[in-house]
Amino acid sequence: MSDAFVSVTGLSTHLGSDARPIRAVDGISFGIEKGETFALLGESGCGKSITALSLMRLLPASGRIMSGEVRFGSQDLLRLSEAEMRVVRGGGMAMIFQEPMTSLNPVLTIGAQVSEALRVHPRDTATTDVKHVLDLLHAVRIPDPEKRINEYPHQLSGGMKQRVMIAMALAGQPDLLIADEPTTALDVTIQAQVLDLMKQLQRQHGMAIFLITHDLGVVAEMADRIAVMYAGQIVEQAEREPFFSRPCHPYSRKLFESLPTMGKRHQALHVIEGFVPSLQTRFEGCRFAPRCDRAMNECHERAPVWHVAGTRKVLCHLYTRGEGVTRRNEPLSVPMSVDSATRLAAEPGPLLEVRALQVHFPIESGLFKRTIGHVRAVDGVDLAIRSGRTLALVGESGCGKTTIGKSILQLIRPTGGSVRFDGAELTSLARSELRRRRSDFQIIFQDPYSSMNPRMLVGDIIAEGMKAKSAGATPERRRARVERQLQQVGLAADSAARYPHEFSGGQRQRISIARALAVEPKLIICDEPTSALDVSVQAQILNLLRALQAEFKISYLFITHNISVVSYIADEIAIMYLGRIVESGTVGDVLLHPQHPYTQALLSAVPTLDSETRRQVIRLEGDIPSPSNPPTGCYFHPRCPKSMDTCRQRYPRRSKISEQHFVDCHLHTRDESHPGGLKR
Amino acid sequence: MIAYIVRRTLYAVPILIGVNLLTFVLFFVVNTPDDIARSQLGDRRVTVQAIDTWKRSHGYHKPLFFNENASGPGKVTDTVFFDKSVRLFGFDFGRSDSGRDISYDIGQRMWPSLAIAVPTLVVGILVNITFGLVIVFFRGTYIDFWGVVTCVTLLSVSSLFYIIGGQYLLSKLFHLVPISGYDTGVNAFKFLLLPVVVGVISGIGSGTRWYRTLFLEEIGKDYVRTARAKGLSEQVVLFRHVLRNALIPILTGIVVVLPLLFMGSLIVESFFGVPGLGSYTIDAIQRQDFAIVRSMVFLGSVLYIIGLLLTDISYTVVDPRVRLQ
Amino acid sequence: MLVLFWTDALIFLLVGVVVVFALYARRREHLRTPWRQVARSGVAMGSLVVLGFYVTIGLLDSVHFRSALHTNGDHDQVQYANEILSVFDWLAAPLRARGEKTYSAPFAAYLYAKQTIDLPDGRQQRQFPRLKYGARHLHHPETEKTADILVTAMFAAGKGLVVWGVLCSALIAGLGKRRQQTFRSLYARMCAGRTTTRWRSMLFTLGVLIVIAFVAADLSLKYHIFGTDKVGEDVFYQALKSIRTGLVIGTLTALVMLPFAVLLGIMAGYFGGWVDDVIQYLYTTLSSIPGVLLIAAAVLILQVYLDNHADEFASAAERADLRLLFLCLILGVTSWTSLCRYLRGETLKLRGSDYIQAATALGVRHFTIITRHILPNVMHIVLITVVLDFSALVLAEAVLSYVQIGVDPTMNSWGNMINSARLEMAREPIVWWSLLSAFIFMFSLVLAANLFSDALRDAFDPRLRVQG
Repeated sequence: MSDAFVSVTGLSTHLGSDARPIRAVDGISFGIEKGETFALLGESGCGKSITALSLMRLLPASGRIMSGEVRFGSQDLLRLSEAEMRVVRGGGMAMIFQEPMTSLNPVLTIGAQVSEALRVHPRDTATTDVKHVLDLLHAVRIPDPEKRINEYPHQLSGGMKQRVMIAMALAGQPDLLIADEPTTALDVTIQAQVLDLMKQLQRQHGMAIFLITHDLGVVAEMADRIAVMYAGQIVEQAEREPFFSRPCHPYSRKLFESLPTMGKRHQALHVIEGFVPSLQTRFEGCRFAPRCDRAMNECHERAPVWHVAGTRKVLCHLYTRGEGVTRRNEPLSVPMSVDSATRLAAEPGPLLEVRALQVHFPIESGLFKRTIGHVRAVDGVDLAIRSGRTLALVGESGCGKTTIGKSILQLIRPTGGSVRFDGAELTSLARSELRRRRSDFQIIFQDPYSSMNPRMLVGDIIAEGMKAKSAGATPERRRARVERQLQQVGLAADSAARYPHEFSGGQRQRISIARALAVEPKLIICDEPTSALDVSVQAQILNLLRALQAEFKISYLFITHNISVVSYIADEIAIMYLGRIVESGTVGDVLLHPQHPYTQALLSAVPTLDSETRRQVIRLEGDIPSPSNPPTGCYFHPRCPKSMDTCRQRYPRRSKISEQHFVDCHLHTRDESHPGGLKR
Repeated sequence: MIAYIVRRTLYAVPILIGVNLLTFVLFFVVNTPDDIARSQLGDRRVTVQAIDTWKRSHGYHKPLFFNENASGPGKVTDTVFFDKSVRLFGFDFGRSDSGRDISYDIGQRMWPSLAIAVPTLVVGILVNITFGLVIVFFRGTYIDFWGVVTCVTLLSVSSLFYIIGGQYLLSKLFHLVPISGYDTGVNAFKFLLLPVVVGVISGIGSGTRWYRTLFLEEIGKDYVRTARAKGLSEQVVLFRHVLRNALIPILTGIVVVLPLLFMGSLIVESFFGVPGLGSYTIDAIQRQDFAIVRSMVFLGSVLYIIGLLLTDISYTVVDPRVRLQ
Repeated sequence: MLVLFWTDALIFLLVGVVVVFALYARRREHLRTPWRQVARSGVAMGSLVVLGFYVTIGLLDSVHFRSALHTNGDHDQVQYANEILSVFDWLAAPLRARGEKTYSAPFAAYLYAKQTIDLPDGRQQRQFPRLKYGARHLHHPETEKTADILVTAMFAAGKGLVVWGVLCSALIAGLGKRRQQTFRSLYARMCAGRTTTRWRSMLFTLGVLIVIAFVAADLSLKYHIFGTDKVGEDVFYQALKSIRTGLVIGTLTALVMLPFAVLLGIMAGYFGGWVDDVIQYLYTTLSSIPGVLLIAAAVLILQVYLDNHADEFASAAERADLRLLFLCLILGVTSWTSLCRYLRGETLKLRGSDYIQAATALGVRHFTIITRHILPNVMHIVLITVVLDFSALVLAEAVLSYVQIGVDPTMNSWGNMINSARLEMAREPIVWWSLLSAFIFMFSLVLAANLFSDALRDAFDPRLRVQG
């Protein structure tokens, strides 16, 4: 690593009090070479963001760098004065952050914020400030920069804001761009745009990128070299190709194995048992040993040392002992306990049937608050779920998928359409009758931290629905039910006497599932139940959901934006765009043979792990329009690469591709005799 | 924007009616005009004639809500309610119980009130923001700690002691300025100095602590980290980014009290003998002049509602995210 | 015979509520944790001891009775004195009984005003007469006074230290027994400040307070340590009596406003629609009247009412008490609006939260959702508001009494003390001791309350805790 122009040696950063410090970064070393993309991969709370902030010396107030050396070119950053460091920040190395929504100053215009960065790190004086700003905005492909320059951050979409952040970072012509989860808060089609932009800018300016992410797909797309971080340490370093074909550290391997894919549909996913240890603990042996299925005695007793083989480095006792690890693509032999035969024998007639569902929120304005328009959050949606099956509702943020879930449960009253559940029309049920039937359909929320009352015991949380239903008449019987429920979701029975904050995110999601199960529902609406979780924990939850479905024949409406989760868990799939369903069918039909241009673009934008199967990304221009003012004709036409005249005029009728495969697109209505539609 | 202002003004009407009804109930229903007359005349064993004469001379002799003896619209208008409460909507405050024209008095007395209140507010804000910024600049150090301790100590002292202490030190001990009184023109300055200084000092504790909290809240936000990542210096970060954002709650908090400055400060004015609206109110309270107290209650609510409206409008001016709907 | 004033009853109701809440909180981890954090703050615990001192005096001053008169008549019918006294009055009887003619300075032996005195030889002379009680025991106050004061104070301080030492040992021994630690080790840890609850600051503050109390008590038996006022009443006694007034205003106001604020605020936020409109209208209307003016108007009206119905009250004390209660009510009316608005906003936020949506989806009733989900999650706001308001209300009492729209002029209160002293400001030399004692008592109460509430807010509302 002689030509590395950034080299980090033995960096340790602590947070919190001196008495019990959180050792967020615990003696890590790595180097970044000129012009390469170096990815730091790890799950939440492993210290990867703190590593980046340590490099910039922008730690939060309680953070301090305890030891180590950060060489940047000829400078040792940790020895610079604050004034000298300011020249490096934004000049030598620039940084972009995860949350573009909050990372821009809300009261300054875009132009002011970009030119501020220019003024700190002046270039040649020949051109004017404004010209420079416009150039930068052009460079990050912001449409209509002359107009945008005077706008405020809140007038821009998330993707645009992240572009502005990149423009600000480019202002000082940095040699290194630190990108801390740059696309995590963005939708997958927007993520594709931003990643694309970063790659292009890297080629133009020859800067190195230090990419911090938890997403294997993004790493596969972007990185030249990879370091895997676990519990404050780097456990493996490798170049991309060898890493993806043969990850060495047991933790890296587990990460790959726990990813849901369509190929694993008929098996349970591999999981990493337990959860990431607290960084306040003092570790004796290998930090991963308690969760490792190949741990030996030695692993618990002695910390491993680096094993180096060419460009690969791994921190694991298996290698120092000479026991290699088999290839990643070994066939997994964990059979699913589900008998797939029972899965297919679904009852005739749907359990839930949604027809022309509409949820419009009025927009009021003027002197007497007249309604001048509607936000069409859900605009005529048809769905059907059969008993014991899983329907996935897929769409990007703001497309109305959560609103559908809540309006089926009547948590938001629909403004039109019908919701028939098990023979009853929910939209017209009387309040008391509705309350009586509520236990039949339940919901699991995305955020495991806000979905439980922090002031209630877990036992009371689970028993709440039973009480409301007057089930389990006596307290003793109710308590027994709670214990059984906890065991069912894989939690200890004594969890009932504890508070939610004592549990990790994954465990809380289990409690949420137990709460829903306690009232014996027929349908559970899962609203992004795993998107706040790490991959390894996500696998646990997906396995649990599948097992429960097999046992109790529960139907799921699975709301998500994550295609790989869908491909693993769903039977049927419906793709949503701007309050409407544009394509629906079985998972196989829709994912393997997408017909709607939006579905095709969406699928192509998902980063894939294997470079051989990587498809050409269909890049969508622009952002999702506002549901208060949808485009005329087909809602997708302004972004559609294949739009025609008719698309601008009429919303397309529904066309039948096969028995269960439907699509709303003029490409298919125009010529019924050509069922193949378009070729990819 | 115009539609918004018109609508908000219309919303104010029921609120003012509510205020009006409430004061009417307080002043005329809990105690009948007879009770008031009796307590005004000082003796509980006054004759019925005396009470009648007093009521007649102050216009309290009419029926409260409905006058059966009058004709036409007079049935409603020739009542105490109409005379004393409904007329307030036209800012017709009538005469005080001692016979003075209240509107005239208000017109005369609001200027001394403003002369004290405006400088106190402006100087106070500047001083507090400065102290707040200094404390925040040295956050986490001993200056921060002792600054906060000083603030808490300062705000634990009753404002009365600030006034008494100020009078004692500046006037009695050092003979710098007169203890109390008021004059017009340039001479007013020497009378104004002490009240303004006392007003500013008594507000430092709570003001500085509040601004410190606001600044610290902003400093913790993501965009400040972005600003630092650009390589900006701490001063630029504080002034250009933090102060700009913190000014939004600061400014809007000030705007809401702006109209109320007309009313003056009750204690300061009465201590320093300034002939403003504050001391006017105090005098009325102490003389039990109900007509004046009633007028001031109404005026106060009108000004408060104007303040609320101005606050909403000022949001759109200082915060680009807010658009009035 | 016990006499129960309205405010007494409410004070004991409040004490009951606090005790019940404490028992409730003991069993609930999420309520105990923030209190433990408060206990870790030395400043807060020191302030708590100071507050405890005030509260003790206030409570002693809230048990009222009429003493039995020893009449010579038949014993079946016991006659009671007209005067209503409190337990505190009874304890402080020496202070109360020893009135002088008029002003005298702290520790003075002579009156503050010259009076014409008949000399033994029949001549008359204008001079400063000796006080009836202050420094009575001294023959030559000019020479003996300083030494006497010092000696008395030192002896008193000694007594105080002994009492403090005994208390501390008892406490350490008791704690040690409960936690099974030796006296020595617990003592060492306390001295080093290594206990989770900050016993060191508590015991230190307690020591200072006990010593001050002993010194003040012993000295005040011989002198008027804060002088006397216009009618010769001991100012120290007045200041102590004012404690109850201050505490009543600071706490009962909260008690009377809480039910309205909590109920209406949560209802407005939870149900929305026309309920929300009505409640919002209500509090906007009330809060649009400037607080002082509303109080002034209400108190004026009350005054007229009391004037006209003077005969309906058994005693002047009862009347003054009712006025105090009414003042609390009015202050409550002016202060509930802001809490109500805050709670409405918070409830609105909670209503959209996932766990309340989940409860709705489970078919839980509105009432249960409000009591089980919303109320516990806004309780910390209520607590913080009440504690923060306390010091503001104590300060407001002084201002209102000064403007003469506060407590009854006959009632002891710091505001009344300042008000009466202010009239003497122009006097030369100035009569300063009433002001000073009101200042000391008020300042230490308000400062302690402010420091305590800061720690409380940090512990209960982590959002407000900003790490610089």
